[in-house]
Amino acid sequence: MITFVWLIPALPLLGFLLILLFGRKLGEPRAGYLASSMCGAAFLVAVGVFIDLLSKGGDDRQHVVKVWTWLPVGSLHVDLAFLADPLSITMCLFVTGVGTLIHLYSIGYMHGDPNFSKFFLYLNLFILSMVVLVLGENLVVTFVGWEGVGTCSYLLVAFWHDREFAAVAGKKAFVTNRVGDWGFMIAMFLAFQATGTLSYLGINHLAESHSIVRSTATGIAMMLFIGACGKSAQLPLYIWLPDAMAGPTPVSALIHAATMVTAGVFLMVRMSPVLHEAYTWAPMIIAIVGAATALFAATIALAQNDIKRVLAYSTVSQLGYMFLAVGSGAYVAAIFHMITHAFFKALLFLGSGSVIHGMHDEQDMRKMGALRKLMPITAATFIVGWLAIAGVPPFSGFWSKDEILLYALAKYPPLYVIGLITAILTAYYMTRQVILVFYGKAKWEDAHEEHGAHGDMRPHESPPLMVLPLVALAGLAIIAGVIQLPFNHNTQFLEKWLAPATEFAQRNIGHSWADDNKYVLMAIAIVASLAGIYVAVVVYGKHKVKAVEPEILAEGWYYDQAVSAFMGGPGRAGFDGVAWADSHIIDGAVNGAGEIVREAATGGRTVQSGNMRNYAAALGVGVVVLLGWFVIVRGVV
Amino acid sequence: MDFPILTAIIATPAAGAVLVLLLSNRRPEWVRLITLFTGVVTAGLTIWTLVAFKTSDGDFQFTSMHPWISAWGISWHLGIDGISLFLVVLSAVLFPLVLAGVDPHHDHKRYYAWMLLLEAGLLGAFLSLDLFLFFVFFEIVLVPMYFLIGGWGYDNRVYAATKFFVFTMFGSAFMLVATIATAFLAKSNGVGHVTFDLVEISQKANFAAGTGRWLFFAFAIAFAVKVPLFPLHTWLPDAHTQAPTGGSVILASVMLKLGTYGLLRFGVFLFPEAARWGKPLLVTLAVIGILWGAIAATMQKDLKRLVAYSSVAHLGFIVLGVFAITQQSITGGVLQMINHGVSTGALFLLVGMIYERRHTREIAKLRGIQKVAPVFAAAFMIVMLSSIGVPGLNGFVGEYLILIGSFLTTRWWVVAGTAGVILAALYLLWAYQRVFHGEPDEDNKSFAELKWKEGALLLPFIAAIVFCGVYPKPMLDRIEPSVNALIEHVHDKTGYTPPEPVVVHVAGATG
Repeated sequence: MITFVWLIPALPLLGFLLILLFGRKLGEPRAGYLASSMCGAAFLVAVGVFIDLLSKGGDDRQHVVKVWTWLPVGSLHVDLAFLADPLSITMCLFVTGVGTLIHLYSIGYMHGDPNFSKFFLYLNLFILSMVVLVLGENLVVTFVGWEGVGTCSYLLVAFWHDREFAAVAGKKAFVTNRVGDWGFMIAMFLAFQATGTLSYLGINHLAESHSIVRSTATGIAMMLFIGACGKSAQLPLYIWLPDAMAGPTPVSALIHAATMVTAGVFLMVRMSPVLHEAYTWAPMIIAIVGAATALFAATIALAQNDIKRVLAYSTVSQLGYMFLAVGSGAYVAAIFHMITHAFFKALLFLGSGSVIHGMHDEQDMRKMGALRKLMPITAATFIVGWLAIAGVPPFSGFWSKDEILLYALAKYPPLYVIGLITAILTAYYMTRQVILVFYGKAKWEDAHEEHGAHGDMRPHESPPLMVLPLVALAGLAIIAGVIQLPFNHNTQFLEKWLAPATEFAQRNIGHSWADDNKYVLMAIAIVASLAGIYVAVVVYGKHKVKAVEPEILAEGWYYDQAVSAFMGGPGRAGFDGVAWADSHIIDGAVNGAGEIVREAATGGRTVQSGNMRNYAAALGVGVVVLLGWFVIVRGVV
Repeated sequence: MDFPILTAIIATPAAGAVLVLLLSNRRPEWVRLITLFTGVVTAGLTIWTLVAFKTSDGDFQFTSMHPWISAWGISWHLGIDGISLFLVVLSAVLFPLVLAGVDPHHDHKRYYAWMLLLEAGLLGAFLSLDLFLFFVFFEIVLVPMYFLIGGWGYDNRVYAATKFFVFTMFGSAFMLVATIATAFLAKSNGVGHVTFDLVEISQKANFAAGTGRWLFFAFAIAFAVKVPLFPLHTWLPDAHTQAPTGGSVILASVMLKLGTYGLLRFGVFLFPEAARWGKPLLVTLAVIGILWGAIAATMQKDLKRLVAYSSVAHLGFIVLGVFAITQQSITGGVLQMINHGVSTGALFLLVGMIYERRHTREIAKLRGIQKVAPVFAAAFMIVMLSSIGVPGLNGFVGEYLILIGSFLTTRWWVVAGTAGVILAALYLLWAYQRVFHGEPDEDNKSFAELKWKEGALLLPFIAAIVFCGVYPKPMLDRIEPSVNALIEHVHDKTGYTPPEPVVVHVAGATG
């Protein structure tokens, strides 16, 4: 089965091509089913490869399948090849698995859209790019997927391209990501110069045998991190993600929560031996950026009123946790949280999509309320997602967040505190969201009365095709914790499974005092999350304390505005300056020279003279002078 | 080789041009038929050459050599290697496509004749292995392009054509002098007799550093104008904007490559020592060009000017690769000459189609086109992504090889130049957003969808964009041996060996 790993990208590619050729003929809903089945088939192949890998011993769990030689020039040799190992297959499983559920959901969500089949065309292309990203045998193939998911994100955010905001958001996402891609590219150049290869196994092998100079390893790691900051929406490059919510909600769930945005974390884990070889300040910077982003985004989420923007900032914040884990050397914890986050955040996004659908495209939480009675399944599953992200045991988010915090405490105690504060805030803003949307007074009734005559404006539960994925994801969000339970080594399945990819960088961490006190830490984490929930209930549920939602948080600390102001102001002025200099100074000099020739010739002309002649004459003189110079001065005969 | 295939490749379009001129004005269908016939035959000949080309041979192939002016050692010396192979194929395939697909609207006969003469000149320049012969073809190219811009261009065509002509002539003056000086100086520097033969001079001549550098400098100016290299680029936006669509396509796709090809063949190959001496200046100008061109492109209000400035940026990458002198960078540079030709050619065709429909190229007047013409928008999108350098499409492959190769010798220039990749996304996506996204206004509501004929014209471009991006190996296999031969030559003359990566990868870690 493992030799068929190429089928995982080939199937969505086939779906893409079929919809490209016959999309219009297929139409709704067949194009959707075709795309979903391709994604589902890729998932089944991934399961097959997974089982195959399980049956092998630890060292045999890395298998390279070469498709063809891509860039062979001199000592540079890049294959289009896939690496099937525990890390890539784990990623494939949840990418295609969650992807299939979101494909199915989209059939319901995109119902009636005039570009129905185009949506699925892009979705399949996205899945293709994403699995190429994770399966890449070398940095370049990963970069193909990396840019591919960026392009699909651009196409899907701007899917409703006649809306100005969506079009701008799509462009912003792509360009901001490209800033990160610059770092990724420089990292590849450095890696090639230092190792002569771009293959993961080759580079990591050299790193593990300490053959990469420390400063070079640091350079590679930091440049990759710049790339990761772009793709995974970390400070200071996160600004594109909240705006990317302009895309259809399944896109937000699939790309901007579960899969694409985790690519940066994946890349850092994939290259963990190099990061391990870097100066110790390199992972520290990663941990600091991660913790800072986690806290920063969580504070912004406190005051958002758009149901999707809360989740967007929450995603940025949770990704921050994953980078905190990477920086703390807890690579398994990073992947663990990535998986649980994929389940519960996809669930929350799809739930919010269901709410938006049921509310007839209303996204303002202030106009919702009491929806649990009208949308029982959506509400129930959303509540599961809420408990998971808030860190309430035994839901999955608790376990993965707890593990990250444990490692953070062992390595950087101050960052543990930040992580804990973020956990409180997370529980708080998510509780706020659940109360505003599903509990309290039904604020949509006022709007309903205004619209009275328009028939059925009452919120309603979504069709089965949309509800089913919610239930499946809710199940996963509940139980996913079992893959890595902290009780003893035997319950840490994920850690053992990922060992080929993470063992080297993680084994040096060893046993810490935080480990010895893990049950105390667990208790602290539980108290933190319950405290957050309690306060939110007091504020938003019982209205005993007035809600504090300062303008500065609602506006995201004005960071986005500052960036826009800079780009629109000095940035644009600088660009204008270049354009002006080009036409006035550089071209001005040219025209000035032409003018002088013209003037001179006009003065001296006797019979008649077109411009061309003058120029030709000047050229003739020039040729003679130069020839003379060569003959006389340089002695050419 | 019995049949002089390369001579035939040049002679066919030249003969076609004469034949077209001889035909009566009253038989337009014959004019068109003969034009297309010669175009297709020439393309067929080059494709035959491509098929018969010996892949792993880095030398000149299909050479043909006939004395022309024996007293001065000038000969009709043609040859093709991996560096010129795809430029020749690209030119010959592009011409019939453009001739069939783009309507000049008036004076068809003269237009076709000029185009065919232009084709003969371009192919001749790429195939010449004689300095004098090259100069003749290099100059022949100017004339038809001048008349094409002046005769079939837009409002400001006379200014643009004159500017184009004067700029290039300015460079050519340097080249003429340098050509003659090279031939005569070579005599006393190792060759022993006066010859204009490129191969002979490059093999036998050993110029003193001072002499070689001056000669190189003179050639470099001529080619830098053609590329165009910053700050000699300002003729390009005017020439492109005012040229008819067919002229723009040829100008961008093929003619600019005369500059980069010349820098490689008559710079690095002929004066290796001087090329290494000139490297700091040239790579600096190249990187400035990458950033400057991209920034200037961002602020353009006219779509065609935007694409023109993007060419300045893209050609900057190629010059960077040429003078970084590593296997990857030069191979990437050669490949990128083709890739840029394909993508920018297609972009100009698309902009031309927009102009045909709306009679404007002003970005501010276009809006919401994707809504009324989704297929047209999709075609533009693919070509645009190729130009941005999205991997999987052709633009990435060349750019990547250039950058990774150049990084070995000019690290900090690459760090700066790679930022051009960010800017490329900025100027193209911003333009796309303003032109294609949004709600179409009254003027753009009736924007016609892509026609079958237009689609058929674009299809070969898109096919090439995808193929070269996904499977560039056939091209690399043919380009690389010649690049290796070139680097070997540089090594023989100067003792220079391009740096290799530090640790060579030991295979075996893979399972």
